[in-house]
Amino acid sequence: MRSDEGDVDDTVTISLTVNGAPVRRRVEPRQSLVDFLRYELELTGSHVGCEHGVCGACSVRVDGVVVRGCLMLAVQCDGSRVETIEGVAASGEARDLQQAFAVENALQCGFCTPGMLLTAQDLLARRSNPSPEEIREALSGNYCRCTGYHAIVAAVRRTAEARGRG
Amino acid sequence: MKPAPFAYHRPTSLDEALALLARYGPDGRVLAGGQSLVPALNMRLATPAALIDINRVHGLDGIVMEGDALVIGALARHDVVEHSALVARHAPLIAQAMPHVGHRAIRARGTLGGSVALADPAAELPACLLALDAVVRAAGPEGAREIPAAWFFRGIYTTDLREGEIVTAVAVPVTRTGWRSRFDELARRHGDYALVGLAVHCRVDDGTIGEARLAFCGVGSVPVRAARAEAALAGRSPEPGVLAEAARALESDLDPPGDVHASPALRRHLAGVLLARSLDALGRG
Repeated sequence: MRSDEGDVDDTVTISLTVNGAPVRRRVEPRQSLVDFLRYELELTGSHVGCEHGVCGACSVRVDGVVVRGCLMLAVQCDGSRVETIEGVAASGEARDLQQAFAVENALQCGFCTPGMLLTAQDLLARRSNPSPEEIREALSGNYCRCTGYHAIVAAVRRTAEARGRG
Repeated sequence: MKPAPFAYHRPTSLDEALALLARYGPDGRVLAGGQSLVPALNMRLATPAALIDINRVHGLDGIVMEGDALVIGALARHDVVEHSALVARHAPLIAQAMPHVGHRAIRARGTLGGSVALADPAAELPACLLALDAVVRAAGPEGAREIPAAWFFRGIYTTDLREGEIVTAVAVPVTRTGWRSRFDELARRHGDYALVGLAVHCRVDDGTIGEARLAFCGVGSVPVRAARAEAALAGRSPEPGVLAEAARALESDLDPPGDVHASPALRRHLAGVLLARSLDALGRG
């Protein structure tokens, strides 16, 4: 885009990769990254909860870092590498974590689950053997409103232990 | 919960950003990490005509030594500051405070300059800057200037920044030998806004507190130095009687607000709890 653009009615062309595939679209500057993923690309695994950065349901990875999809604008992701739960599930990188969530009954309605998985996967990439306290702290920015957190923490511990046995 | 339309600009130099800010005046808002501005946009608490996205402005994200000062660029993200070896060595108070700033996903985007320019009274960094006698660097149409932290924070979400100015960095005097730092806060849940937070920076001489600097957040419209409690500690050993005296002094130092999260009485109580905990931890080294 040119930085001398600037009418409020303008749309801006962005180019990025989403789950490894190149994407080029015109977007309104005010569209959030998570709305862009859901409405423009029909990637509805990232959920829209609070829309002010509290609940974590919209978590996605941008350039390898887990961020709030509701607090980044799509236009800011021009040139970035975006990964969603669809891409992470398809690649199989968190298959064991997904299975552990099922085994531990760590999901019920599933609304928070994509964000929980991405956040837990990020923790496990940094810390191979996190304590329950570290897991709770890492997940403190992700709300679950049905199962509660014990089962989720247990699923992350189970995955850490299994990966440790390698 | 969707923002009102706005124009979007993405300058790559500070001069270009300042020119855009001058062009829009108060209708232009600077977008840094966006972790506070974007919620305000989503809720339409802020409806700027234009966003000036400074995330790709070159040269604003460095962490470097300049003589006796550690200079942290405005675009340094919280998680970078949190893990910076220079910050851990020369400004351990800030390193200790960083894990309390929001959640990890928030720290991945949020910036030091954004936190300083927003001046949220519950935020950790302004209290740290006050305790450390840091200086805020700003650039604007009339050039660059430096503003002491004690003067910079003027009220709730209100700073000494003038129209058209952008925070470019903070300069923190390096922590000298003999000085110890401790940041702690109490919140309902890790990563939530602090009900009360305390930045302690003190000089310890042979088991005696030579000089104590106590800066609280969450207890007023700006970060607050607890001058009477500092005086109660200066030149004394951190014994139970002295600590009790300092805690009593907080009663007159602080006039905390009540809100849905905590009453004034609870905040007063928690301030005393934090002071005792922090001094105890400092005493143990």
